[in-house]
Amino acid sequence: MNDILTGMAEALRLILTLDPTLIEISLRSLEVTVSATIIASLISLPLGAWLAINRFRARRFVIAFLNALMGLPPVVVGLLVYVLLSRSGPLGVLGLLFTTSAMIIAQVIIITPIIASISHQAIRELWADYHDLLISLNTTRWQRIKALLWDGRRALLTASLAGFGRAIGEVGAIMIVGGNIDHATRVLTTAIALETGKGNFALALALGFILIALAVVVNLALHLLSKTERSSLW
Amino acid sequence: MVAPILPLRAENIRVARGGKTLLGPLSLEIAGDGVTIVLGPNGSGKTTLLRALHGLERLRDGEVHWAVPEPETRKLQAFVFQAPILMRRNVVDSIAYPLLLDRMNRGEARDRATDAAEAVGLGGRLSLAAADLSGGEKQKLAIARALVRRPQVLFLDEPCANLDGKSTREIEAILIEARASGTRIVMSTHNVGQARRLADDAVFLFEGKRIDGGPADEFFSNPKTPEARAHLQGDLVP
Amino acid sequence: MKFYVGIVLWLLSAVPLAAEELKLAVTTSFANSGLAEILLPAIAEGTGIDVQLLIVGTGQALKLGEAGDVDAVLVHSRAAEEEFVASGFGTHRREIMYNDFIIVGPTDDPANVGLATLATEAFAHIAGAQAPFVSRGDDSGTHKKELGLWKAAGIEPTGDWYRAVGQGMGAALNTASGMDAYILADRASWLNFGNKGDLTQLFGGDPALFNQYAYIPVNPALHPHVKAVAAERLEVWLTSDRARALIEGYTIEGQQLFVFNAER
Repeated sequence: MNDILTGMAEALRLILTLDPTLIEISLRSLEVTVSATIIASLISLPLGAWLAINRFRARRFVIAFLNALMGLPPVVVGLLVYVLLSRSGPLGVLGLLFTTSAMIIAQVIIITPIIASISHQAIRELWADYHDLLISLNTTRWQRIKALLWDGRRALLTASLAGFGRAIGEVGAIMIVGGNIDHATRVLTTAIALETGKGNFALALALGFILIALAVVVNLALHLLSKTERSSLW
Repeated sequence: MVAPILPLRAENIRVARGGKTLLGPLSLEIAGDGVTIVLGPNGSGKTTLLRALHGLERLRDGEVHWAVPEPETRKLQAFVFQAPILMRRNVVDSIAYPLLLDRMNRGEARDRATDAAEAVGLGGRLSLAAADLSGGEKQKLAIARALVRRPQVLFLDEPCANLDGKSTREIEAILIEARASGTRIVMSTHNVGQARRLADDAVFLFEGKRIDGGPADEFFSNPKTPEARAHLQGDLVP
Repeated sequence: MKFYVGIVLWLLSAVPLAAEELKLAVTTSFANSGLAEILLPAIAEGTGIDVQLLIVGTGQALKLGEAGDVDAVLVHSRAAEEEFVASGFGTHRREIMYNDFIIVGPTDDPANVGLATLATEAFAHIAGAQAPFVSRGDDSGTHKKELGLWKAAGIEPTGDWYRAVGQGMGAALNTASGMDAYILADRASWLNFGNKGDLTQLFGGDPALFNQYAYIPVNPALHPHVKAVAAERLEVWLTSDRARALIEGYTIEGQQLFVFNAER
């Protein structure tokens, strides 16, 4: 209990004094996770829509596979990316290991199935509504995907935010591929792991509270921008 | 000038689902000008016939022929569903959507959509969300969206089924104007009065088959089958 | 298509391109000591090299060097280091400094570790009393040291009382603190540890507990991309008088942690 109170006080102190280290790792957390969320969304939103409107033999298998990938332990993803990006691995020449790029790649792999799965669900419902109209209007497949993505954008924002939430709090994979290097790849979650390791529970908790606050602020900001909560029906 | 897509000929078409025949076998020709009204009791196949002609149903047998190859007809026909399918957009963007599909630039599309909205009496509702319209307005929106591409043929499936008298009259006025400007209308209804007001000719369906019909003045004054006679008199057809 | 190319370029551009960066894999015990915070700024100032630390166990540190993912390693497990160099993964092994391990345990000391005169004797007391003991169990230098001590004491540590946690020094100390167990820790990690609970330092000073740190540059013949020149300059700095002054001057709670012993 005492640690929690000290942690809150410490969090407050770090924020009020604009602690430079805190600001640095918070910005890096945002940089990595926002990048990963954007890239993963660019891949998975069209994928979700495509899966919703197409009937093909392997469709059920692909959906089951995506759902299964959602449960993939981040440590396994981290290890996989590590082995690929290692100097002695197939992509070693890129020299990406222990950079923020490697962390972005790992997070993209972790959250793409999540965003694709949630967006597929949302798009499928919208497609059930729109099906006859879009067929009647003689739309091409790409026009259908565009209409569904645009008109379903608020549900899709929620899908992307679910991915963001998963990524910003992720530590297992980015610890492995980023290396938690001070001033290079240290982010909030890896700093929390580090401080926990040092037994500095109050500081670790403080960073944890700041992480939660950051996630809440990003969610609120995006919802306000998109006016999700203000529109009557959608 | 766009080539005329009519006449439309349906030859021995049959639609079935799960081994049960919903429509046909049935043959039909739609040509010339005017309004064809499809009549018949519930379950007689009115909706299925319209959807089959528009290409929304898979035909078990037979074929639907247009005067030009089928892909070229697609943008020259439109369909209004009984329960309007609304997009999650405002009125003007909903009506402009079919034009954007044809790669019209956004400004021109919105101008034409605004004209179309005004023509159906939605001029004061342009930036309102489609979902926030009243029942009658929703159907007017669907009709404006169907007419905005200036189709040669317009299918309507009971467009006034759930509407009050005022909205029904307004929609009928819109359809009469569309006919006057050359749009061929094929519409189903269960409202005999509406059928009499609008029809140039009629198709009477019973249990999936076309059992009666013809030019409106003949059909309404002197139906040949007892089922059609009963239906027109407002009796319950067995 | 252009768009995706753009994304790839953006990904690549996130790779830091700053002048002289050197990736050095170090052990958790070194990082936890806090000495790095003193040394890194001085290295940057003296050599212009921005040393990026990867804090891992000795086992993983050597693995990183083997794969060419770091430019050099600073670890403390002599046998493994010599094998690393013999296999050609490193160019040579240079001893820099040593610190020492201590045995930490509950204040009431049920196994009477505080009465022992040798480390092996202390371990024998713990095994004899079947008192809870937390082992790193992560193939780290500290873990290897601990296993060496059990072997020297002629004891096969098994049973309920012996808990291998498979984690870093900090996590292992947290576990020991939570269950009032004995644990072998490096002095620096212990002094900097913030969650001591009922634990206290019970035994130390036996030369058997000395912990030699060595610096090994990764072999550029095997991995041409490693920064061999920077690694060499770093070695020169680490063995300099400036390094000696900083290393020997570093204290926590009045205790000197490291003894500089690089040969020149």
